[in-house]
Amino acid sequence: MNAVKPANTDRSAAELLRRLRQCLSAECIIIDPESQRPYECDALTIYRDLPLAVVLPETVAQVQQVLQICHQLNVPVVARGAGTGLCAGAMPHPEGVLLALSKLDRILDIDPLARTARVQPGVSNLSISEAASQYGLYYAPDPSSQIACSIGGNVSENSGGVHCLKYGLTVHNILSMNILTVSGEELTLGSLGLDSPAYDLMALFTGSEGLLGIVTEVTVRLLPAPEIAQIIMAGFDSIEAAGNAVSAIIAAGIIPAGLEMMDRLAIQAAEDFSHAGYPRTAAAILLCEVDGTREEVAQHVEAVAALFTQLGASSLTISRDEAHRALLWKGRKSAFPAVGRIAPDYYCMDGTIPRGQLTYVLNEIYRLSEHYDLRVANVFHAGDGNLHPLILFDASDPQQIRKAEAFGGDILELSVHVGGCITGEHGVGVEKLHKMASQFSPAALAQFEDIKQAFDPALNLNPGKGVPILKRCQEYRALPARHQHE
Amino acid sequence: MSEETPISHAADDSDEIMAALQRARDSLTPVYISAGGSKRHMIGRDCSAEELNVSAHRGIVDYQPQELVITARAATPLTEIIALLDTNQQMLSFEPPLFNGQATLGGTLACNLSGPARPWGGSIRDMVLGVELINGKCERLKFGGQVMKNVAGYDVSRLQAGALGTLGVISEVSLKVLPRPENTLTLRYAVSAADAIPLMNRRAGEPKPLSGAFWQDGQLYLRLSGTSSAVTSTATQWGGDTVEDDAALWEALRDMTLPFFDGDAPLWRLSLQSSARHNPELGAALIDWAGAQRWVRSEHARAPLDEIAAAAGGHVTLFRGGDRRGDVRPPLDAVQQRLQQRLKASFDPNGIFNPGRLYPWPQEQTAHAR
Repeated sequence: MNAVKPANTDRSAAELLRRLRQCLSAECIIIDPESQRPYECDALTIYRDLPLAVVLPETVAQVQQVLQICHQLNVPVVARGAGTGLCAGAMPHPEGVLLALSKLDRILDIDPLARTARVQPGVSNLSISEAASQYGLYYAPDPSSQIACSIGGNVSENSGGVHCLKYGLTVHNILSMNILTVSGEELTLGSLGLDSPAYDLMALFTGSEGLLGIVTEVTVRLLPAPEIAQIIMAGFDSIEAAGNAVSAIIAAGIIPAGLEMMDRLAIQAAEDFSHAGYPRTAAAILLCEVDGTREEVAQHVEAVAALFTQLGASSLTISRDEAHRALLWKGRKSAFPAVGRIAPDYYCMDGTIPRGQLTYVLNEIYRLSEHYDLRVANVFHAGDGNLHPLILFDASDPQQIRKAEAFGGDILELSVHVGGCITGEHGVGVEKLHKMASQFSPAALAQFEDIKQAFDPALNLNPGKGVPILKRCQEYRALPARHQHE
Repeated sequence: MSEETPISHAADDSDEIMAALQRARDSLTPVYISAGGSKRHMIGRDCSAEELNVSAHRGIVDYQPQELVITARAATPLTEIIALLDTNQQMLSFEPPLFNGQATLGGTLACNLSGPARPWGGSIRDMVLGVELINGKCERLKFGGQVMKNVAGYDVSRLQAGALGTLGVISEVSLKVLPRPENTLTLRYAVSAADAIPLMNRRAGEPKPLSGAFWQDGQLYLRLSGTSSAVTSTATQWGGDTVEDDAALWEALRDMTLPFFDGDAPLWRLSLQSSARHNPELGAALIDWAGAQRWVRSEHARAPLDEIAAAAGGHVTLFRGGDRRGDVRPPLDAVQQRLQQRLKASFDPNGIFNPGRLYPWPQEQTAHAR
């Protein structure tokens, strides 16, 4: 959280700016701290820092020039999309350049027959689906921030959303991308076919948090928009009953398009905010969306409703039409800001667990909530086992910040303990770097480090994020400091 | 694993494998990793290194139907996995070739082999959740896990798909599995290859339960899988002849036992943009994956095929036959090749795994090898 003292001398900073000014116009370089403020953090605002310079290139050629300059001057580069990330992955480096890709925001091409869209990294997730809708197509991954978040950021974090269980993550929905390496060399990954001839660098780069290269163009797969989608919402009197219902749907051979769970505090906050008609007294609700052909959806709605009733649902609502479906989703999609209204701050965790452990883990989280004396609301992707506990706290109280971080850390340890992972879709960034050792052995972490060095030997891309750098490297003595943000 | 689940032929042979690899590492003697042997002279280049047979390391380790996850040792035959999934009405959605029952889980992942359902059901690369891998430093590493979403660290699990065992010995794999569809039906249309390609692509763009689309000998076959109601209503809307005994047809396509695949003529695999127009100059062809995978039998030289594939946004592999010590895969540009080699060296600094199987690269000396 506290920046290390910049190691760059004033002279080398001046040289950096002099050279950046040669390739970018004045309004594309931000150096005064006040104008840099909007870039000091991503959506995880407790981690902040200011860079030497924020740059906003307008062309891929300019991105390349910026990378070449930084490479020659050995300056760290942190890429930023829309800044909606939740792990401080886009937090600037005090000795480095923040490379904001928001001006590369064009949809270059949509091919309705091949069902693909070729887009620049700053294009927002939702705008791809909007542009494709005229062909009856859409881009499936839909993170909650989809109005704002960029496809380049989605690739870097391997973003998910509420429809992952059926339609997959970003990694399943992209075909090809153009990359610039740390030294500014051009590289094309993937292909317009469904695979590539050598190592699958698409898989390696997706979710790599800007540590291996800079995404300058992405070709995404588009899917046909389903004929119809319907939500079945059920209230349950206990967490256990709701958890059992999640497993029962999967066991019945139904893969819902989305299967979301909220607990009482989240239900009440969301209902007060959106008036979606959620059952305020339920201990938990499930929102189960099924989509497909009309016949298939009718069959699955009936089956899911029968299962919920059989498993003791205390209330049951089936969306009547598109407006009603949108209203039921509105409660879920506004749950984070709704929870934000009932406490000064909240801290969102992202552990993923086996579905069968839902009840146990939620009860443990409630126990921890009492232990730390901090309220917690749960809003999450139950179908994927991807938890999002929202820990409520007051950031103006340093003791509460420490307690919230400790509480969050305990939840991540718990997730790993039951066979899960520390992050399902938000990424490691700065936030979870110190938790990587809970999930991975020292040898696995060393392998990550070797992969990193294969692409970025001087460790200049997004240093101090994603994977811990353990060893001291003779060649680059400044590294240990560069890789510690705390 | 649920208690009633049978485990057959299970044995953990990883200590033996590790001991053999330590000898290989210490003596700098490369190994060729094998198990079922079904793909030895296919897909990659032939490898002359000493064989390391890992076929004793097999067995299903964990299967939780309600979690949609199965974990098995690498040399477990796919038939064993599929039989167990079948008892719970589940399946491997990527419909892998079984190659007469010889195909194993690890080999299928290493070769990234998926069958006719691939454009809809995903590839094995898409369904892999975690792997255990022994790298060239003889470290046993676990990546990913058994949960649906996991973005901590680099995705080393998916990176194994198509790496042909050149990054390490895959010892265990966890996969996402899916429910089996309630019903399946195949429709047939008499249509030329040139017309079949846009038609397949248009059908794939409709929100219908399509699960297979291939063309051969003037016939287009579209497979529908899903609830009976959805399959029947789509078949009524689309028309066409219903194919009797269609399961055998798709199995033969999956296992490459259709007459098209017979004989010794070189078999080229073109992975292209699905809508790329048919090129009659290529000779005898079979078109699968709604146009994204095209098979050609011919004694073509490599270079013109590379050009055709590149123009269609894809690439070509000499899948079987021909010169298996030559270039079976397309050339890479200098940047790509350098990074690929560095990546290889990060896993296998001494070059002991399957030398030359993927590309005939010399071993790169890397400063950062530990």
